[in-house]
Amino acid sequence: MTGSRFRFARRRVLRWAVGALVGISALAMPVRMVAAQDAGTGEAIYRTWCVECHGAEGRGDGPAADRMLPRPRDFVGARYQIRTTASGELPTDADLLRVMSEGLHGTTMPGWPNLSDNEKRDVVAYIKSFSPFFERETPEVLQRSADPGGGVEATEAGREVYATLECARCHGEQGRGDGTSAPTLEDWRQLPIRAADLSEPWLFNGGMGADAIHTRFLTGVDGTPMPSNQDALEAGVVTENDLWNLAHYVASLGPAKPPDVGEVVRVERREVLPGAASDEAWDDVPTSYFPLVGQIVESPRQFAPTVDGVWVQGVHDGAELVMRIAWHDPSNSPDPAWQEWQDKMAATIYADGHEIPAEPLPDLLAVQFPFDDPTGRQHPYFLMGDRRSPVYLWLWHSRRGVTEGRASGLGTAEALDSGAGLTGDAVWEAGRWHAVFRRPLTSEAEVLQFAEGEPIPIAFFAWDGSSGETGTRGAISSWYFIALQPPPSNTVFVAPLLAFLVTGGLGVFAVRRAQKSHTG
Amino acid sequence: MMERIRLWTTVAAVGLAWGCGGGGGDAGGGEPAAGDGGDQAAAPTIDPATAGAITGSIAFEGDPPAAQPIDMSEEPDCAAGYADGVTTQQVLVSNGQLGNVFVYVKEGLSMEFPAPSQPVVLDQQNCRYHPHVLGVQVDQSLQIQNSDPVLHNINTQPTTNRGFNISQPQQGMQTSRDFGMAEVMIPVKCDVHGWMNAYIGVVDHPYFAVSAADGSYSIPNLPPGEYVLEAWHELFGAQTANVTVGDGATMEVGFTFNAGMAENAVVPLGEPLVVKHASDGSLTTVRGSAGD
Repeated sequence: MTGSRFRFARRRVLRWAVGALVGISALAMPVRMVAAQDAGTGEAIYRTWCVECHGAEGRGDGPAADRMLPRPRDFVGARYQIRTTASGELPTDADLLRVMSEGLHGTTMPGWPNLSDNEKRDVVAYIKSFSPFFERETPEVLQRSADPGGGVEATEAGREVYATLECARCHGEQGRGDGTSAPTLEDWRQLPIRAADLSEPWLFNGGMGADAIHTRFLTGVDGTPMPSNQDALEAGVVTENDLWNLAHYVASLGPAKPPDVGEVVRVERREVLPGAASDEAWDDVPTSYFPLVGQIVESPRQFAPTVDGVWVQGVHDGAELVMRIAWHDPSNSPDPAWQEWQDKMAATIYADGHEIPAEPLPDLLAVQFPFDDPTGRQHPYFLMGDRRSPVYLWLWHSRRGVTEGRASGLGTAEALDSGAGLTGDAVWEAGRWHAVFRRPLTSEAEVLQFAEGEPIPIAFFAWDGSSGETGTRGAISSWYFIALQPPPSNTVFVAPLLAFLVTGGLGVFAVRRAQKSHTG
Repeated sequence: MMERIRLWTTVAAVGLAWGCGGGGGDAGGGEPAAGDGGDQAAAPTIDPATAGAITGSIAFEGDPPAAQPIDMSEEPDCAAGYADGVTTQQVLVSNGQLGNVFVYVKEGLSMEFPAPSQPVVLDQQNCRYHPHVLGVQVDQSLQIQNSDPVLHNINTQPTTNRGFNISQPQQGMQTSRDFGMAEVMIPVKCDVHGWMNAYIGVVDHPYFAVSAADGSYSIPNLPPGEYVLEAWHELFGAQTANVTVGDGATMEVGFTFNAGMAENAVVPLGEPLVVKHASDGSLTTVRGSAGD
């Protein structure tokens, strides 16, 4: 239920992103005639739905392609990431159909529920015709052993295998894609590619769960740096059990289901507030997840942002509000180790004519609120407001800390010292930022005052400096809400008593009247 | 583009006697199969009375680009193998001679040569590939081994053949693979160690060599005939020369590269594959962009 709701939300975001890409690219290309008279064939479907990204000749170089990372599949070279076959082999028809049905969650490839199974098969046949390899070779599904089962012991054993196979070299000690080799990774096109964040399995291209993960260990992810371990298995360097234990360990690094996306952050009222970003008291504060997507409305755009979501916690005590926001970012920017990565990003997906700074950039976070009136029927424009309806900002900078800000449109954010008393701190550890913002609920300052009980709009904007994100290039959310829990009210106790007295009184009154009429 | 690549090719006949060729080039395991094959398929018989050879040297004109230092500090086990630091192997020039050039007969052979049973070894030692440039015959076993106590992955990136990417997480681990189609060259890289790269030339005959550190190479036991010889370098691109090998003749063929050639060089990595649709409906693949 929660999973499907999330997927729905994500699909909506993806649709929007793909739609926008197609729209933008359509401006730059001649009108193409679509063979509407023969919609039953794969080619006609391809020319309608696939060509904008995958290109007329299937090389993955459609008009929208060079804004995507990773790039769309090149059907001619036929290096397919998600297969059930050995490394270097072609995918089966079933592999291709699965990708068409479900999409690739960590990419701009959506699922295609609008196409029937027969139509998808037609498209698969057409896609295969781009490559001579399919004429020469018949793919075979790699045989895998049965899952001996997960559990604590298997997971603990898998942690050892994670160390033996040196998975941390790319994926990092906690699996957040922050290994020492991560900044140098490239795909087969020599484009920068991110090591998967293993704690966010709902974004795995090949799907989540131990079975899908185990499949990737054996097949590898062709065209990417992720190798197959089939040879290591055959050489006896690892055993069947090792790889299954590793699959269960990797699965344990993230949730079993995609996180639920709610609308509201419930900010509990407590006697004692948690402290700094690293305070363990935060561990028992409820967390809400909100997805972020690339800012592609205004130029310069970011089509492949680093930050894919924020985890938000909040507590207040009637006088002060404290919020902690966490997000995954493999680099604590600016970091010289990621300079080459930043340069590569500049040379690939940012090659849109806009200058990007060559110097190392910081990581940034902006939390947006309506500037002073949270009750307005219309929220400010979600991209930093506009002139009529500005936003109040909590700004965080990886080297300068927390300040207040004000903006009336993208690129107009400026520091503000309202006197509202905002403070904060942040800590980066193993590929994850935690930033804390702390502010008195109310003050004399002419900015937003936090009132208990009413929903207050909130939105997020995150930048990864090491990926060249700055200005309008970053990751955004739409508006959500925070709601500060009011103090326990007397009405909770009075109302039942009142109801008891009224009902009782009415009963007595009714009985008396009945007695009177009877005797009278 | 091609006319800007100037070919500095000298072809000279130096005597008729068999076996008086120059310094031994690194033949990369591609010993000619003169009846010593031991393979199931019959190897063509090369008559020793008429067999010739091509030998020569690869010259480098001007100042070679400086080798770039490699920072191996993240891998102390490997860095320990280089007391005086370590640099890239792309340009190997000494005394004006260029090493690591793949020289092979590109055209002119009509016989079919079965793959030798002897494997070619690609070793990973101290976080570098040994050799850096190597040749292998179609279907010949390529034995990849990890001599380091660290994880390597072997990511091959061919376009004509299928590319594989496998892990070797343990010291001493060996893996065998082969390539079913001729392809010059196939880039190989390790994603764990971004500085590690190698190139494999796959040809369907035994007539190839890799120039040694002194620039010399030798392709012996070649039947008489007219050939196109190609010399390929990973930075400076490829050059060809026409050469006629007479009965028992050793022909000397030299090639000269210079730094300016890097600009126009065609390096295979990441190059798009172009499919040609023949009139009979068959598909073939070639490298390069469609418009060429």
